Amino acid sequence: MFDGDDTGRRDFLKCMAWAGTGALFAVSGGVSTSIGLDAALAAPLKRSAAATPFTFVQLSDSHIGFNKPPNADARATFREAIAKVKALPHQPDFIIHTGDVSQLSRDDEFDDADQMLKATGLPVFFVPGEHDMLDPDGGKAFLDRFRKGSKGAGWYSFDHRGVHFVALVNVADLKPGGMGNLGAEQLKWLKADLAGRPSSTPIVVFAHIPLWTVYADWGWGTDDSAEALKLLARFGSVTVLNGHIHQITQKVEGRIAFHTARSTAFPQPAPGTAPSPGPLKVPPDQLRSMLGITDAMFVRGHDRIALIDSTLTA
Amino acid sequence: MSRAFKVLTFQAATLVSCGTMMLAVAAMTKAAPAPAAAAVAIGNFTFKSSVVTVRPGTTVTWTNGDDIPHTVVAKDGLFKSKVLDTGDHFSFTFAKPGQFGYFCSLHPHMTGTVVVKA
Repeated sequence: MFDGDDTGRRDFLKCMAWAGTGALFAVSGGVSTSIGLDAALAAPLKRSAAATPFTFVQLSDSHIGFNKPPNADARATFREAIAKVKALPHQPDFIIHTGDVSQLSRDDEFDDADQMLKATGLPVFFVPGEHDMLDPDGGKAFLDRFRKGSKGAGWYSFDHRGVHFVALVNVADLKPGGMGNLGAEQLKWLKADLAGRPSSTPIVVFAHIPLWTVYADWGWGTDDSAEALKLLARFGSVTVLNGHIHQITQKVEGRIAFHTARSTAFPQPAPGTAPSPGPLKVPPDQLRSMLGITDAMFVRGHDRIALIDSTLTA
Repeated sequence: MSRAFKVLTFQAATLVSCGTMMLAVAAMTKAAPAPAAAAVAIGNFTFKSSVVTVRPGTTVTWTNGDDIPHTVVAKDGLFKSKVLDTGDHFSFTFAKPGQFGYFCSLHPHMTGTVVVKA
């Protein structure tokens, strides 16, 4: 269905219409929040012959172990999210999990998440959230299980069908009064990692806390993200995928498209609409309409990334 | 309750007629009103008493009332709680005078200060 320009696009849009039974969000070159399918294509990319079509899925903030209102069983909703992934007609090449896998970094929480994800048979690429750093060794349990061999606090990169994926960690060694933090060592690594790559390489960056300031009063941003974004500015297409805030937000700045995913455990309030960013205690019949997954598509010939968010009710 | 305070109270009681001593006790009470135990509630992603002033020897106890875990970590490394889930608490006894800033290492925008004054 991805072959051929026009046919491919039509089929692709049909596919999106299918996915649009959930919420459909578009990240486009302008300020677009339109649900119109034509607008549902992500940040404009330079054509890159190397990139071949594929999809991957973003899961985020599963908080395995969370059991308070509005969700008495975050394991159950994570299982539903995974069932949704398995039911996708186009199976993704892999899954990324953008952190807060667990609620309290307990072994049984990590283990349950691990087992549920392994059942998909798909490769999973993780970054830790602050909830995954709570073992006595400050994140070692997470890294030993999910990111053996990664650098520093767990950062790494990989290439997939012409797209360069960069996993950043902004939840380690947080500073008093600050927000998320990448740190000098990771930024130095990022600079070396990107050096020498042609600017036409599509880049996907993923990290737990948003890499732009969504709401400083709640710490929803990353103090030194500007330094990372400076290194990414020369690339024709950069997509930044984050979690942490348990709701969809998006922004386009130059050639960088930012997007945050829903949680699979509980929603959080929109910035500044509540006394704190604690769980939004929605009624049980509304919960699943506020949890979900993000499906990301690369389409040959269009060289754009489409991000489709769908809820657990869809 | 510190030993010095008890001694002073005793002296004050035995020297009822001594007005200046009474004043001294009053002044001291005013300077350090906190008892030897102090509590800081954690709620709505804040340390509810962002600055507490205590006397040396006071044990401060933080209790997490949020649905989300928090930690209590001294900026200078003097103390560090394990993760506090809902209802969990952490205590630290401040032996020496000084100003001790702390924060939540999960949500570092949450900060507070314990001022220890003799």
